[in-house]
Amino acid sequence: MSLFLIVALPFLGAMLPGLMNNAGRQACAGVTFTVTLAAFIGLLTNLPSVLAGEVVTTGVNWLPAIGLNVNLMLDALGFFFAMLILGIGLLIIAYARFYLAREDNMGEFFTYLLLFQGAMVGIVLSDNILVLLIFWELTSLSSFLLIGYWKHLPEGRQGARMALTVTGMGGLGLIGGMLILGNIAGSYDLSVILQNRETIQESPLYLPALLLILLGAFTKSAQFPFHFWLPHAMAAPTPVSAYLHSATMVKAGIFLMARLWPVLAGTPEWFMIVTTAGLITMVLGAVIALFKHDLKALLAFSTVSHLGLITMLLGTGTAFGAMAAMFHILNHATFKAALFMSAGIVDHETHTRDIRRLGGLRRLMPITFWIVTFAALSMAGIPFLNGFLSKEMMLEEAYRTALFGPYWLVPALAVLGSLFSAAYCFRLISHTFLGPKRDDYPAMPHDPGPGLWLPPALLIIPVIVIGCAPFLAEPFVKLVTAAVLGDAAQVPKAYFKIWHGLVPALYMSIAAVIGGLVLLTIFKPLLKMWDAAPRPEAKTIFEAVIAAAIAAARALIHGLHNGAFSRYAAIAGVTMIAVGYHAWTTGTVGPATRTAQPAGPVEIAGWIMLVAATCGLVLMHRNRLLSLILIGIVGLMVSVGFVFFSAPDLAMTQITVEVVTIILLLLALNFLPNRSPIESTVLRRVRDGAIALAAGGATFALSYHFLLRDAISTPISEFHLANSYKGGGGTNVVNVILVDFRGFDTFGEIIVLGIAALLIYALTETLLSGPVRARLLNRKPDQPRAGNMHPMMMVVLTRVLMPLVMLVGFYIFLRGHNEPGGGFIAGLIVSIGVVMQYMASGFSWTSARLRYPYHGVIGAGVLIAGLTGIGSWFFGKPFLTSDFTYVRIPPFEKFELATAALFDLGVFLAVVGAVMLSLESFSRLARRAHVKDSEHPMDIDPSREEIDPADPASPKLEGA
Amino acid sequence: MGLELLVASAIGILTAAGMYLVLRLRTFPVIMGISLLTYAVNVFLFASGRLTVSAPPILTDATTYADPLPQALVLTAIVISFGMTAVVVMIALGAYLGANDDEVNDPVTDPDDAVEKAT
Repeated sequence: MSLFLIVALPFLGAMLPGLMNNAGRQACAGVTFTVTLAAFIGLLTNLPSVLAGEVVTTGVNWLPAIGLNVNLMLDALGFFFAMLILGIGLLIIAYARFYLAREDNMGEFFTYLLLFQGAMVGIVLSDNILVLLIFWELTSLSSFLLIGYWKHLPEGRQGARMALTVTGMGGLGLIGGMLILGNIAGSYDLSVILQNRETIQESPLYLPALLLILLGAFTKSAQFPFHFWLPHAMAAPTPVSAYLHSATMVKAGIFLMARLWPVLAGTPEWFMIVTTAGLITMVLGAVIALFKHDLKALLAFSTVSHLGLITMLLGTGTAFGAMAAMFHILNHATFKAALFMSAGIVDHETHTRDIRRLGGLRRLMPITFWIVTFAALSMAGIPFLNGFLSKEMMLEEAYRTALFGPYWLVPALAVLGSLFSAAYCFRLISHTFLGPKRDDYPAMPHDPGPGLWLPPALLIIPVIVIGCAPFLAEPFVKLVTAAVLGDAAQVPKAYFKIWHGLVPALYMSIAAVIGGLVLLTIFKPLLKMWDAAPRPEAKTIFEAVIAAAIAAARALIHGLHNGAFSRYAAIAGVTMIAVGYHAWTTGTVGPATRTAQPAGPVEIAGWIMLVAATCGLVLMHRNRLLSLILIGIVGLMVSVGFVFFSAPDLAMTQITVEVVTIILLLLALNFLPNRSPIESTVLRRVRDGAIALAAGGATFALSYHFLLRDAISTPISEFHLANSYKGGGGTNVVNVILVDFRGFDTFGEIIVLGIAALLIYALTETLLSGPVRARLLNRKPDQPRAGNMHPMMMVVLTRVLMPLVMLVGFYIFLRGHNEPGGGFIAGLIVSIGVVMQYMASGFSWTSARLRYPYHGVIGAGVLIAGLTGIGSWFFGKPFLTSDFTYVRIPPFEKFELATAALFDLGVFLAVVGAVMLSLESFSRLARRAHVKDSEHPMDIDPSREEIDPADPASPKLEGA
Repeated sequence: MGLELLVASAIGILTAAGMYLVLRLRTFPVIMGISLLTYAVNVFLFASGRLTVSAPPILTDATTYADPLPQALVLTAIVISFGMTAVVVMIALGAYLGANDDEVNDPVTDPDDAVEKAT
């Protein structure tokens, strides 16, 4: 089966349990089981190639430009982990079917489980590290959902949050580390990275990359000092604990270290960090586990300890260590999953997991007893069970490892860890199952149905088989080890045997087991000492750190973001000035290359008007109507400036925009107060003035400097000038740039304009449908109204002007390609013509004569522009390639037909629609209840006689 | 006095006035300030093509033309800034009509209280 399908199956299947939820628990679990089984069988179809030592690969280029390709590969290491994930997954699904209570939402559970499974399979089959990172984050997220599955339990929510925080933090570090690694190797493909051992280890960035990657691996695999989240994640339902925390998620960090072993391992840094962390975790986890009374907490800390053991083995950097690590992963997955499931059975049947309330279950739950006994003895390292073999390999490796000088340190710590490990295993068996039968169990214990005990019992088979006949596992483990080692080292020759002779590891093993038994006999006094000793509580520390982080974030946010716009504006302004100042002081400025052009009296007069209007605006801004007039002068002078400086198109655009803007602001001022009150203190005004002067001075200095200097490289507009006529068929270069060279920009801009207009329309609708509507309808105008709202002269004049305006607009539009003009300007001109009708003849009269809604006009404009662009696809050209030709219809002169004109038509329509929709929305707000909108264009019409002076609704009386 | 100095100082004055008005406390002056800043930015962008008198970028027999690219960019910027002004005005209007108050700053309250009330 294709690797893609193996990874995709759990994700696709994740939808099914949710859908099957109503079909019953059996169907729900059944479909999940089937999906996993299909993926598992798919994996097994690749077994022959893997056994032959081949690497199965497949891939598609997704974003090759940034090295992100969905490449998958399956070698022995990936196969090993995928087999654990899917195989144990099958058992867990069967177990969960019987474990979950009737009130639990099974569809939700299995959906999360399959999501998690898919993410895990994705991690172990990824060939591209960017893809691996995506799956890595997915496991953090889906495990968050699984751990917090029992949403009603506060411990579940807290545990899930803690797990997400810690593994999410590690995930961030991992992203950084992987990106550095990819940069050093020059590729994000694992197969390439793994070939570059020397390059990577010699790079100065090796250490930061290593630290960040290890941060990711250690948090995921609960290594000291990040081990604390794992026990809290035990608030999850037991199937989750058994799955995530024995075989899969916590092994992801181990997998990563094994995957990158050939390029990262073998250096002193790797050895020091990984071995130390592993050793500490192993001993610490084992010691804490001994004193835990909750069965699952005991198993959780024992998992922490065993993960430390595997980490330590990978840290030594020898081929033998790697082989022992792989072997122990296999063994640990089998006995630990069985133990977790058994703990769940005990909890399920006795309603407690507290060891102090248990004991004497041996006769009551014989099947569970035997499962636990085999699994726990294997974990303790008793011969003829698989845990013994890998533990002895570990001790042998530890015996040969020297850290920080003294040769005895590592072996001694390894023995200490194994000793406590043996002790808690013995305690688990004896305090739960041995001893006298009690009569105060919370529920009467008995063995569960086969649905619950069969999955762990199946796991006991490999525990015993491998334990008695290690040579069965040897070829496979060596194959996996070869995949881990790559070209970096040779697979060791050592054989897997129960009896190695009287080697040091055997003595260490015996010492550990005997020591464990001794510890168990003196457990009670030990426990008293343990309880009396002060210990830091990880959860309290974690919560204090989180609270401190939240407080810091809150202080920062409240300091910067207190809802005061003025403050944001000031911060933004000052920051920009500061950044500009920094650039100014650190950069270099060349000598002036242009000579200043002399200014005549007319230009100076224009400048004075502009400056006077601007200063007047600042001084008199409290009078709002006056400030509108003043800003009109500013706009006019800017337009004049554009004319003077050879930009006729800009001048036409600016002056038409000026008209519609002023109309818009007048409409708005209709509602807003006429004056701004004096509120700010003198100090504040001085401060604002200082910021404003700094900003003004900065822009002045910057523009004055570049105006006196030529561009440092030839402007690209040389190209536009040279090709405007040849390639675009127009002599107005600005218009050709708009509709041709940079047509895609323009296309985007008309869309933005249309969206802005629609936004205004939507806001108006919201206002008019809310509580504001009543206030608007009943508002009293604050100024007396003119007696004649629609003066006859104006109505007549605008109607006469209308065709003329349309003609001018049409003319401006047509000549746009060769002379100043074009769609933008024509659109604005036509809008002004239509707005005049609204102003002169009234809203209702004009709307009633409107043939097309403005939304439609905007849409038609964008559509025409877009279709013009798409049209070029039919000629095999890229989007918006323009073409033109000259045609001659006999009585007329030769004229030009260009597709760009069609595009410009789209621009024209979009602009008309957008401007009109905005203005129309504003004027809709202005309608009032007691003033009836006249159906007639003029208030006074001698031929009409229906006006009743007594009618208060008569517009004639308005303002009287 | 050179044309360059006139244009540069106009940009500076427009920016300073715009910045000052943006920092006012009521919506209308802030909108005016934004408009002035728009002028300043547009003229600034336009000036990046350097100042050319009497040489519009309409192809004729002439040899020198004003730089057409900044003109094209500023042209769309002018139209877009109309859309932006309209949206800002609409937001200001909605806020005023909804709260009967045209202040730009939120009243000073403890944000935590606001969050608690909202939830």
